[in-house]
Amino acid sequence: MNPNLSNWDLLSYGTTGYSDELLHGLWLTIQISVCTYIVGFCFGLLGAGMKLSGNRWLMRIGDWYTTIIRALPELLLLFLLYYAGTDMVKGLLVGLHLAGEDFQINAFPAAVMALGFILGAYMTEVLRGAILSVPKGQIEAARAYGMHFGLRFRRVLFPQMMRYATGGMGNLWLNTTKDSALIVVLGSLPELLSATRGAAAGTKHYAFFYFAGGCLYLLITVTSMIIQARIEKRLNRGYRRA
Amino acid sequence: MEIFLDGIKYLFVVALPYLITAIPVTLGLTLISGVIGNLLALPVAVARTSHNPVLWVPAYCYILVMRGTPLLIQLFFIYYGLGELLPGTWVRHSWLWPYLRQGFWYAVFAFSLNTAGYTGEILRVGLNAVPHGEIEAGRAFGMTNRLIFWRIKLPRAIRIQLPTMAGEVILLLKATSLASTITVFDIMGVREDLFAQSFRTYPPLLGAAIIYITLVFVFTRLLYWVEKHLNRDRLPPEPVILPLATP
Repeated sequence: MNPNLSNWDLLSYGTTGYSDELLHGLWLTIQISVCTYIVGFCFGLLGAGMKLSGNRWLMRIGDWYTTIIRALPELLLLFLLYYAGTDMVKGLLVGLHLAGEDFQINAFPAAVMALGFILGAYMTEVLRGAILSVPKGQIEAARAYGMHFGLRFRRVLFPQMMRYATGGMGNLWLNTTKDSALIVVLGSLPELLSATRGAAAGTKHYAFFYFAGGCLYLLITVTSMIIQARIEKRLNRGYRRA
Repeated sequence: MEIFLDGIKYLFVVALPYLITAIPVTLGLTLISGVIGNLLALPVAVARTSHNPVLWVPAYCYILVMRGTPLLIQLFFIYYGLGELLPGTWVRHSWLWPYLRQGFWYAVFAFSLNTAGYTGEILRVGLNAVPHGEIEAGRAFGMTNRLIFWRIKLPRAIRIQLPTMAGEVILLLKATSLASTITVFDIMGVREDLFAQSFRTYPPLLGAAIIYITLVFVFTRLLYWVEKHLNRDRLPPEPVILPLATP
């Protein structure tokens, strides 16, 4: 008898089935991914700004950031940044007598900051390429009009660079949703893969639940791909298709 | 301060020598899965570029699933899922069983299938990027479609996509660290062991980071060297000093 792919009771919603756990995991994975993406975008803008600043030291820091982060496995970086980040914040707060020794940092922001810092290195390269693709004459024209940096960035550079960045950023979004699954190794957040593993280990129906979890990840991917195609179409309005 | 120095001493005296012993496992995972994955990528890419829906639809779905779900869940599905299904079948008593009791071969299986999906997509783009004139030239020479594929399309596609495929090998090298989650003693697996022995968080992690950076650096150089030799025609030409033009 094949015990797998037959027992739909396992997917009922409520205390007997695991649908609710999986769907909560899916929701948490989406929340983590969105927050990670925002944090990663900020790190990416900062990194790209540093690499293009022209200042020797800032450029060097930016180079080190992208080179080291992109050379190391995400799993290792997640461990390193998660523990180092929480230890540093805790050390700071305890040192300043703002918290006691039993103080614990919420796993959600810690994991998001760690994943966001990793994503930032990849984002730096995408945004740097996009900024360089904006014709230099446009920036010069904006400067000639007397626009200050903020205005130049907001009105000329940013809208145009986003058009070049969408392809790379779309790929990074898909990577972010997939990399969020690494959080399972920390064992502190019930995101989708953790929920799936819990269900699989609890019922011993491994193949069934990992298949179900995989389908939910695929759902995120396919939805994202459809949305991405729409965004690209919108950003490219006003440009003739080659 | 003392804790800091003690940690550094631990890193170099205990952690690094032990972590180095795991390099063959990480390299083995990378090379075996890389070879199998790239070989499997070929039929995937060919099927994907076919006009026959019986071929391209399954290939499309395969690539979508491999690229659309986390590698970690694929690994768990294969390790725990097959581990659940196989013992009830003939495999339990066959010559394969001693291998299938180790996480290593499940990891190789998962990484190969995953690489086949990613590289299959890369090769598909390469196959579509072969200049049409070159295929026409082959046809003008009276080559059969099969000959055109093996002599013109495939070599050209691989050379066009060589930098991307090389990048894929580096990504695979980094991805093998996930094997540590299914009890494989690769570099990250040994790191876990060191942590369990000493309860030190940072020295084993830093040691592993040093080794991974070194490996990635060596791999990048090697792949760049291969690329340079295979794509000699696409490199910028040697500078030629022209004689001064005379009026």
